[in-house]
Amino acid sequence: MNVIETVRIGLQGIAANKLRSGLTMLGILIGVASVIVLMAIGNGASVAVTASIESLGTNTLTVRHGTFSGDRASTRTQFKDLTVDDAVALVDPILAPDVVSATPVVTAATTCTFEGSSYSTSVTGTWPSYFDASNSPIGTGTPLTADDVLNSRRSIVLGQTVIGELFGDVDPLEKTVTCGGVPFTVVGTIEEKGSSGFLDADDVAVAPLSTVQSKLTGYGSLDSILVQASSSETSTAAESEVTSILDQRHGTTSEANRDYQVLNQAALISTVQDTIGIFTVLLGAVAAISLLVGGIGITNIMLVTVTERTREIGIRKAIGARKSAIMTQFLIEAMVLSVIGGGIGVLLALLATRITIADVTPVIVPSSVIGAFVVSVSIGLFFGSYPANRAASLRPIEALRHE
Amino acid sequence: MAAHHPAAGDNVTPVIDLQGITKVYGSGDTEVRALDGIDLSIARGDYVAIMGASGSGKSTLMNIVGALDASTEGHYALDGISIDDLDESALSIVRNRKIGFIFQSFNLIPRTSALSNVELPLVYRGVRRKERRERAIAALTSVGLADRMHHMPNELSGGQQQRVAVARALVAEPSLLLADEPTGNLDSRSTGDVLDLMGELHDQGRTIVMITHEDDVAAHAGRVVTLVDGRISEDRRNSA
Repeated sequence: MNVIETVRIGLQGIAANKLRSGLTMLGILIGVASVIVLMAIGNGASVAVTASIESLGTNTLTVRHGTFSGDRASTRTQFKDLTVDDAVALVDPILAPDVVSATPVVTAATTCTFEGSSYSTSVTGTWPSYFDASNSPIGTGTPLTADDVLNSRRSIVLGQTVIGELFGDVDPLEKTVTCGGVPFTVVGTIEEKGSSGFLDADDVAVAPLSTVQSKLTGYGSLDSILVQASSSETSTAAESEVTSILDQRHGTTSEANRDYQVLNQAALISTVQDTIGIFTVLLGAVAAISLLVGGIGITNIMLVTVTERTREIGIRKAIGARKSAIMTQFLIEAMVLSVIGGGIGVLLALLATRITIADVTPVIVPSSVIGAFVVSVSIGLFFGSYPANRAASLRPIEALRHE
Repeated sequence: MAAHHPAAGDNVTPVIDLQGITKVYGSGDTEVRALDGIDLSIARGDYVAIMGASGSGKSTLMNIVGALDASTEGHYALDGISIDDLDESALSIVRNRKIGFIFQSFNLIPRTSALSNVELPLVYRGVRRKERRERAIAALTSVGLADRMHHMPNELSGGQQQRVAVARALVAEPSLLLADEPTGNLDSRSTGDVLDLMGELHDQGRTIVMITHEDDVAAHAGRVVTLVDGRISEDRRNSA
């Protein structure tokens, strides 16, 4: 009695009742496929969000004016502005060796118009170093220059979303757009960065700081300072350098009454990844439950099969099948159900993960494919062993008498 | 098929040697003695019918002779091998090698072709596929069903099914053919066919034990043992 023979007998048993076998496999199939697909969606979301944050530059820190907590701010006695001098002070080779550049940023929410089409966006007033710090390479035309800033020129560089909304297919270079009633000449465009569905990195309009302050926002506090660290590894060091310089300049005595906050992209990525990781595990756990339910389905069907085929078991025993042969036969039936179900589940999952769901392109986690398949096979073994053992332990005379 | 003599036995050792076989079901007040001290020896090549009314213990005896059940007391040697103390696994091997079963309700495995059914004892014995197939075909041919090899049991008549069962019992060259009411579910014509077949097998030198409650079926056997209340009440030879 070799293994191939036992497998053949097992396969015959499965083929004898195709509908029932198919439905049992479906349970495992759905379990395996959902584990793989849900893990892939979680992973895909993580990859997408990480990419969208990385498109802003992983080595940048954003110093923001004020705090998110409104009531703490209202009780403050001193609430100093974030100034261009602050930005200049941050570039200090001795106190802040990890800071490469610091770029002041103001934003003005405006409506821009061009020949009848209009689009609501925010105009960013900044320095030329912005393009490098924010990882925004120039596509066509030129970036802003120091000259533009010094002379408060009405030059503007547009992102692809704004261009699409205002110009359509028209070449925007050298055209004049009016933002907040101020005419600007388009001098350059920023290469498409891609939208991740969470934030649109292409929805930008960049103009000289001096121009935006004089025409649109006034000379209040900066909205933020974009700080570029020498690399993403040194961004944490740069963060503490920036904090200590600004604390000194703003006379901050404790963390609680700090009038600015520093956003570290690298830290943000790891936080986001952790969060999505938790959701992925959660999704996987739900899917794993369906795999378990599929496994119980195998036990159920195998128990029915054993009861139904009690007489057959009796015959086999009478003509000399050993306990181990009967055990193996039914175990293999259970395993074949789970292996085929799991295999089709893997194939289906591989197909399903090619579809983009809710802007998330699923990214398959290889370990989930192997894991789900191995688990489905083990489930066959585990959940099949009880019915198989029951079949093998039947006494031949009683099994033969069974109607 | 030529007369066959298993290597394990000689003509002196009886195929079946039962000594003081007793089978008790239950205990205390509900105790039932299904068999009560059976002494029976069946020689090689004999054709024995075991008769008795229902409840006489003939089925219990069949289970014990067929190594499907153990006796409460007594000794049983099959083909010279004592099987009193064998475990379940060893009993499986004994059944596979020494006994060919023929049941009243045929007991073919459903949805499995006649050929595969006949091959099954050889599968469990570990015979290679090619040899197995040849032997199964030979056995089916010997019962006159060479043209029905690939039919499923439900595509065969009762008589044909029973002949497949006989082929299955024969294929492993057992020392003993054990038939339990082999004609109980058959019409008179099929009954005749199967009894003729058994007669041929006996002529070829096979040892046959047949359990029946019909006198005209028992009349085909060379020796008739009658059980009453778990004891042998009569043991006679039919005049040939």
